[in-house]
Amino acid sequence: MNSIIEVLNLVKRYKKAAENAVDGISFSVEEGEFFAFLGPNGAGKTTTISILTTTLSKTAGFIKIAGFNLDKNEKEVRQKIGVIFQNPSLDKNLTAEENIRFHASLYGLYPFRPFYSLMPFEYKNRVRELAEVVGLENDIFKPIASYSGGMKRKLEIVRGLMHNPRVLFLDEPTTGLDPLSRKNVWSYLQNIRKKENTTIFLTTHYLEEAESADHVCIIDRGHIVAYGAPHDISGEKSLEEAYLEIITKEYARV
Amino acid sequence: MREFNAILTIAFRDLTKLLRDKPRILAGLVFPVIFIGILGGSLSSNIGKSLGFDFLTFVFTGVFAQVFFQSSAAGVISLIQDRENDFSQELFVAPVSRHSIIFGKILGETLVSSVQIAGILIFGLILGVPFSAKIVFLLIVAGLSASFLGGAFGVMVLSNLSTQRTMAQIFPFVLFPQIFLSGVFAPLENFPPTLALLSKIAPLTYAVDLVRHAYYAGSPELSKVTAFGLTTDILIVLALFLVFLFAGTILFVRKERNR
Repeated sequence: MNSIIEVLNLVKRYKKAAENAVDGISFSVEEGEFFAFLGPNGAGKTTTISILTTTLSKTAGFIKIAGFNLDKNEKEVRQKIGVIFQNPSLDKNLTAEENIRFHASLYGLYPFRPFYSLMPFEYKNRVRELAEVVGLENDIFKPIASYSGGMKRKLEIVRGLMHNPRVLFLDEPTTGLDPLSRKNVWSYLQNIRKKENTTIFLTTHYLEEAESADHVCIIDRGHIVAYGAPHDISGEKSLEEAYLEIITKEYARV
Repeated sequence: MREFNAILTIAFRDLTKLLRDKPRILAGLVFPVIFIGILGGSLSSNIGKSLGFDFLTFVFTGVFAQVFFQSSAAGVISLIQDRENDFSQELFVAPVSRHSIIFGKILGETLVSSVQIAGILIFGLILGVPFSAKIVFLLIVAGLSASFLGGAFGVMVLSNLSTQRTMAQIFPFVLFPQIFLSGVFAPLENFPPTLALLSKIAPLTYAVDLVRHAYYAGSPELSKVTAFGLTTDILIVLALFLVFLFAGTILFVRKERNR
């Protein structure tokens, strides 16, 4: 029983909404697992991720992350997770390194210093190392305003991993990236996963990204409609074909 | 320690942003110039003589408080901007207390308004407002208090509004009446009863009065230019700050999460 994420009967109804956006879903994710959370637009993926990452309140249900009850130990949960949001959440007025430094000091990794030159050696090393891994070593002191979409994504991932989270939530992390950037981002993420045994919780519309997941969970209109290892769900077909079949069937049913 | 670190981190981000935003620094200086120089100057030459104290100095001290109050109140509103360009997500998933996040923001905006201190003081000197070193020190302390109060007031307003657009529409209505009610341009004692009551409700009133206490301490004009005792001002400013900070944070966070 090494579940790092446990979700039991999670319900979310937005204010002024007539129906539940998430309607009593339950699932669990093992430590070190690569978990893909799939579903059409509006299925409740981002809602679920927002609740799991403590930025949205739930209507009902029980959630435990990294051994902590989300209702009681919010702060501990926050310390254990890293989040790459659907929309880039970098400060465009700062440089890339300043964004990283902001995150590192906010998470208490290093004491706050107003200038890079005053930061401890250890921090500088870490930043250089991470920047090299994602190929940003020449741009790390440049303002975010000069960054392309792919560079921003990579920087966010670097930032999200600064505090060595046990679970990394990725909400459509490669949307808008060119194939090469996507490939780079993924090889970096898989590396981290192997090295640190980080659990990855992914939502994506690129189904080939989910082919290598340990488990796939498909939701539609707030309900889980399929769960299992990718080959159990897709059989001989590709995951994408199987996914389309499941979703089409759901639409026909309702 | 962790929380303190986070507060500094958040506060310094605002200062960094200000130092890169030259037009905003300039705008911060233009405002007092208009109010003290033009409005204060013209009122002073018309009605100043009959009051028994120097009207320009009176307006200067009022605007001094108002600038700090207004600058941080307006600055805290950048939290809405942060939300609209999704940076607030990064803030709110961080493992620090929500109060620290909001307080860091207020501190940051206070640092931002302090950048304007020097400019305003120099401008006062040019106009011939007399200063001693002690007065400058007291003015800075009182100005910072006004700034903290303004920031917390901003959070309170913010916690009830959701978009930058509504903010831009509503904010002038909660701020500008205060400028005229708080005695920036006229002593409070001659206010008619309704206005006098409203002026007692306006938080800025106590910040203005506090700054006047700082400037006029020990001078014979003190009783003419202040409406409340020094202790009253300090207690009320402190109480309002704490109420706005804690209630504002709770309301703001609840609105963010309970969607």
